[in-house]
Amino acid sequence: MSTRLPSHGRLIDRSAQVTFTFNGATMRGYAGDTLASALLANDRMMVGRSFKYHRPRGVVASGAEEPNALVGLGQGNRFEPNQRATTTELFDGLTAVSQNHWPSLDFDIGAVNTALARFLPAGFYYKMFIHPQPFWKHVYEPFIRKSAGLGRAPDSEARDADTYEHFHVQTDILVIGGGVAGLLAARNAALSGARVLLIEQTAHWGGRAPVDGGTVDGAPVDKFVEQIVSELETMANVTMRLRCMGAGVYDHGYALGYERLTDHDPDAPGPRHRLWRIRARRIVTATGAIERPLSFAGNDVPGVMLAGAMRDYVVNWGVAPGRRVVVATNNDDAYRTAITLKQAGVDVVRVLDARAAGGGALMEEARSLGIRVDPGRAIAKVSGGKRVKKVAICNQDGIGGAREDLSCDAVAMSGGWSPVVHLWSHCGGKLAWDEDRAHFRPDPDRPPLGADGRGFVVTAGAASGALALDAVLDDAAAAGKAAAKAAGHSPRRGKTPRGETTPEAAMEPVWLMPARADTPLRMKSWLDFQNDVKVSDVQLAAREGYESVEHTKRYTTLGMATDQGKLSNINGLAILADALEAEIPKVGTTTFRPPYTPISMGAIAGEARGEVFQPIRRTPMHDWHERNGADWEPVGHWRRPFTYLRPGETVHDAVNREVKNTRENLGLLDASTLGKLVVKGPDAGRFLDMMYTNMMSTLKVGKCRYGLMCSENGFLIDDGVVARIDEDTWLCHTTTGGAEHIHAHMEEWLQTEWWDWKVHVANLTEQYAQVAVVGPNARKVLETLGGMDLSKEALAFMEWKDGRIGEFDARVYRISFSGELSYEIAVPASKGQAFWDALIEAGRAFGVMPYGTECLHILRAEKGFIMIGDETDGTVIPQDLGLSWAISKKKEDFLGKRAQQRSHMTDPNRWKLVGLETVDGSVLPDGAYAVGEGVNANGQRNTVGRVTSTYHSANLGRGIAMGLVLNGPDRMGEVLEFPGTDGTVFKAKIVDPVVYDKDGEKQNV
Amino acid sequence: MLILRCPYCGNDVDETDLAPGGEAHIRRHGPGSTDAELTDYLFQRENPRGVHFERWRHAAGCGKWFHAARATDTLQVFGTYSAQTTEPPQEIRDAITKARPGWSWREFS
Amino acid sequence: MRHYSAFAVAREALRHHTGWERAWRSPEPKRRYDVIIVGAGGHGLATAYYLGKNYGIQNVAVIEKGWLGGGNTGRNTTIIRSNYLQDPSAAIYEKSRSLYEHLSQDLNYNLMFSPRGVMMLAQTQNEVRGYKRTAHANALQGVTTEWISPQRVKELVPIINLDGPRYPVLGALWQARAGTARHDALAWGYARACSAMGMDIIQQCEVTGVRSDNGHVKGVETTRGPIDCDKLGIVVAGHSGVLAEMAGFRLPIESVALQALVSEPIKPCMDVVVMANTVHGYMSQSDKGEMVIGGGADGYNNYTQRGSFHHVEETVRALVETFPMISRLKMLRQWGGIVDMTGDRSPILSKTPLGGCFINCGWGTGGFKAIPGSGWGMAQLMATGHSPLTEAFTLDRFAEGRFIDESVAAGVAH
Repeated sequence: MSTRLPSHGRLIDRSAQVTFTFNGATMRGYAGDTLASALLANDRMMVGRSFKYHRPRGVVASGAEEPNALVGLGQGNRFEPNQRATTTELFDGLTAVSQNHWPSLDFDIGAVNTALARFLPAGFYYKMFIHPQPFWKHVYEPFIRKSAGLGRAPDSEARDADTYEHFHVQTDILVIGGGVAGLLAARNAALSGARVLLIEQTAHWGGRAPVDGGTVDGAPVDKFVEQIVSELETMANVTMRLRCMGAGVYDHGYALGYERLTDHDPDAPGPRHRLWRIRARRIVTATGAIERPLSFAGNDVPGVMLAGAMRDYVVNWGVAPGRRVVVATNNDDAYRTAITLKQAGVDVVRVLDARAAGGGALMEEARSLGIRVDPGRAIAKVSGGKRVKKVAICNQDGIGGAREDLSCDAVAMSGGWSPVVHLWSHCGGKLAWDEDRAHFRPDPDRPPLGADGRGFVVTAGAASGALALDAVLDDAAAAGKAAAKAAGHSPRRGKTPRGETTPEAAMEPVWLMPARADTPLRMKSWLDFQNDVKVSDVQLAAREGYESVEHTKRYTTLGMATDQGKLSNINGLAILADALEAEIPKVGTTTFRPPYTPISMGAIAGEARGEVFQPIRRTPMHDWHERNGADWEPVGHWRRPFTYLRPGETVHDAVNREVKNTRENLGLLDASTLGKLVVKGPDAGRFLDMMYTNMMSTLKVGKCRYGLMCSENGFLIDDGVVARIDEDTWLCHTTTGGAEHIHAHMEEWLQTEWWDWKVHVANLTEQYAQVAVVGPNARKVLETLGGMDLSKEALAFMEWKDGRIGEFDARVYRISFSGELSYEIAVPASKGQAFWDALIEAGRAFGVMPYGTECLHILRAEKGFIMIGDETDGTVIPQDLGLSWAISKKKEDFLGKRAQQRSHMTDPNRWKLVGLETVDGSVLPDGAYAVGEGVNANGQRNTVGRVTSTYHSANLGRGIAMGLVLNGPDRMGEVLEFPGTDGTVFKAKIVDPVVYDKDGEKQNV
Repeated sequence: MLILRCPYCGNDVDETDLAPGGEAHIRRHGPGSTDAELTDYLFQRENPRGVHFERWRHAAGCGKWFHAARATDTLQVFGTYSAQTTEPPQEIRDAITKARPGWSWREFS
Repeated sequence: MRHYSAFAVAREALRHHTGWERAWRSPEPKRRYDVIIVGAGGHGLATAYYLGKNYGIQNVAVIEKGWLGGGNTGRNTTIIRSNYLQDPSAAIYEKSRSLYEHLSQDLNYNLMFSPRGVMMLAQTQNEVRGYKRTAHANALQGVTTEWISPQRVKELVPIINLDGPRYPVLGALWQARAGTARHDALAWGYARACSAMGMDIIQQCEVTGVRSDNGHVKGVETTRGPIDCDKLGIVVAGHSGVLAEMAGFRLPIESVALQALVSEPIKPCMDVVVMANTVHGYMSQSDKGEMVIGGGADGYNNYTQRGSFHHVEETVRALVETFPMISRLKMLRQWGGIVDMTGDRSPILSKTPLGGCFINCGWGTGGFKAIPGSGWGMAQLMATGHSPLTEAFTLDRFAEGRFIDESVAAGVAH
């Protein structure tokens, strides 16, 4: 029985009782408890079910390494699956439910898998469920999926009730881990004057030391912790954070900290998690060590616990996980648990020390307390279903025969300690095998390398493999100084605090208990508790040729559970090495990947949610559009009105209304999003001649020219009207989506190819509001506003002029993308809304309506004007689009010219632009292909063309379209077939792309 | 998450403020070049596991292009320098030699 | 080869599974083979398998520097689809997808191919048009896809948020017979079948040189000695440039790191694969219950198999917007794979300037789904000198300007 002790419990406040529920049952704990300690205090041994066999699972560890005690926490918009009970601080009102069972934790149908375990060894699913073919998807897989997975998913419509944030921090030194090693390393680093950030994943400084005991400079180690923490707190160059885990180490000194701000106090204001994005010159990992389980049969029964964890529960939380405990070990440290238990009044039934010679001073101390120690003995098997009932013991050096039964209700096991090397390894730090302690530790000669080619991570304390207190402090003191020095500071000389602790006898590796356990025992000896991987599974993988450690891991799923193998990796490796008759370091480890323990998606996303997910760019008239029925369309980072909806109108109706009105009266388009790049300098003309396929250097001041831009690979990338402002200055319009990347494209060529040319480029897109005033009444409305002369004589088609319109300074371009009389007028952005208002006001008499992007598209399509992104898709060259007139024949060179001479580009069989007119007036489906005869060598239908733009034209009362067709311009009048996706076939005639006002009379009035 | 020093600003810049621009010191081949030259220019790329010269732009900063000498296997940065040069400066080559004696890249060593 | 079945598993259970034989042999290299394939990833093993199965060429060695399936075959997000726009792509990916349908039976190894459906969300008007175009193209290519409405998207994916403030879901391209498979099993299954045909899979053997005579390949030098061959297939994603250099030619390829991540496992909540290209993220739920998430690639050359955290951040940010309920799930693991990017982002399956030497590389972010089709086509090319599946993917297309550009459909070729 697991109970709260009357004594011990350094972390709990017995005066502050806390109420929580587990699977609906109300339970009590204390402030300072973890959910795990509180559950144990309530005798809740079994807290969940394993992944594969649905076996009963209890708390096995006391920290981040816990594989078993995972629960669903909270409810509704705060429900979170798979939270570790061992790292969940208890708070009043906490609700937790156990996972992976149906209908209940105690009675679980899925547990039938346990009975079938013999039929479900590692990789069984690769060998089964093969026939019949459809059964995998429809029968087997749904069953497997349902029984797999751990916690229940949050509700489909759940919207996280909490917020998250990011911190960006630069520091000289980041110290990860706030145990004695981290504290001392941080202090020594900080004494050099370096800026230090110290983070600790738990809510307490000091790590394991206060539990493990020992003295520093003669005083108890907890005094040392208190002292050094208060010293650090007074140092201005030190920042300290509890509940902040070092999640990952990345290239060039980048690291992530994961701070859990309100998980222990959900009603507190502010974000729930904070992701620290840290750039450090040097990183010290003082991440401690993790105890290894022992592999014996039944080591997964609830009540079997790591010896160090059991000691934690007694010392930290005043909880005894059993009344009668058997301890099994291969090292001296577990004696500390036996002694602690004994001193707390728990019956220590037996210490089974697998070493034939037993241990050292700690063993003697245990014996002196009356604890019976059996050297050379081992656990053959633990019995009990949902909690430990008894253990059968045997000789370690045997196959598990000649057993003696010991009645007990908990087992403490220790297979030795492994340094936490994850953060060292994330970015390429290499490991060395330590034969004496049977663990991998960081190899200081092969650290992760930074931008300067030098190591940027040093380890401190147990993370280096220094396990005893004196060695920990010596190592940490040196690590702190070394990091400070490497970060460019001068560490101060000073005395290193001297740690003292009971010396330990050498451990002996024990990878299987008993050493030659027979097959039935090995089939019950768990390596990975969560994923149900047993010793026999790893041996099977090796036997079947899955010899590399990655093969074994993937075949058996060893180490792939939510603890990422923190408990199982080394034990599994050792079993694999044994099966392959290879040395452990030769087998090697799997790759350690971030994060150290799982971190919330919310924290990764940070503040960037909802409206601020991606900021929207707004034109000066954005709010007006919003108020006036804009049906928005995302275009690049902008939003543009697709159309303006009036009450009761469909989108289709609204577009038709805008199309007709613009042709017949007056339309206004917010064209502010179009890119406006100023290109200026003595070499600007020469430069633009390279950028555009046209000749821009000869453009006269006051004139405009439509220009095409190609990539160096020959393809059309952007278009727009270029205006020559003065002798040295051109203004280049780009597409809405193109402004930034065309600007970047120009800069790239200027800076990296023609850096001696004297040219400046500036992106003025947001400096101007630009309005297209379009339609037969365009001139009239502008004349009403008064100001500059905009008559045909004063401002001809493809000219521009500066002046005043009404009270506005304006630059007026007489250009048209609609075929109508049209002025594009730029005013300072700050005047945009006022200018728009003035146009709307003055336009009332002329039937003004704003129009959106769809109307814009239809008007241009009626005129056969191409649209970048519609007629082009990155594979189209200007020659395909009948735009050869815009490609200068006089220029020796421009970007893309050479590429357009390649054989595929000059192939006469390239598809070319034509108009398409359906025989019945219907609208061709967007993206439809025209079919030719027969099929190709791969059995695909041959095609001869495709639709690039297709609309209903309200002006013509029928569908209009453009497309690219094989030899199209030579096939006018021919009818092509365009199959739809629903079996219908559309017939369309090849026509001229210009279907409205072919002679351009309307725009030239 | 790389850090590169922008030679114009003098600042150590986070990768997120930079735009990568591919291989450095590529000679442009325009009209008059052969198909092979054009293809080399546009597509053939050094792809070494080791020392590499590449272009970057301080996109969210000064906007300037610059060059970096970097190792693609360890991500060590040997130095950054102006984009307005046709070959790596001697001090950059010396820095590489110091870290990786015997290196070569295209015609440079 | 011992036949795998439920019956065999049950029989073995009675003797504690001590009777299983090796899935593939571990032979010493012979002096000479008809064909050597360099690279025992999915593509290399599949090429060997179809050389044996379709053309009776079984004196084949597959040489691997590390462990079979240890590269990108085991590092991807396991998506299988064929809803490509361009004819050559659709042909090879659809061939591949259709082979996947029966591959578990063919190999007698359960690859867990799960045709659960893949949808590609359209979140801009450009994507709407691009995917409608793809749907039309697919109909003529024999690839079954359809354009579906936002309502249908929601029915298929209840956890999706259709009305994100930035990019609402406007519809999707849906391929019902696309899906996922168990990536490692593909390599293991092919390896076992190749081994059973008598082919030698030689792991821990690095090729250090390519020997040729008079413009024709003669064999390779390896860390385990020289091995002769008549034909050589180079199928070593991530190292193609190095091998090509040994064979005396260059490739239009750059190697970059691509990021992926998984969440902790949860009970089933999403039955299909969703790709959202505008916001650069895609997600599916594995049979184990993990949400498998793919993200962006770095834009610079990198061989470290690590990547930058900011890609993970961008992807997760986008997916939390698209699937708000994942906000309280946790990222379990992130990793990077090195992918080969060509000039048009499409692969190269081609003869090379060296006679008898063939190359298969440049799969970029989309290689896993192509493995069976790529192996089928490469085997045909290597055995007969021509394959309609591979003929568009030649090395010389770059000189001709004859690109196979899939980014056209507003889609990123994941």
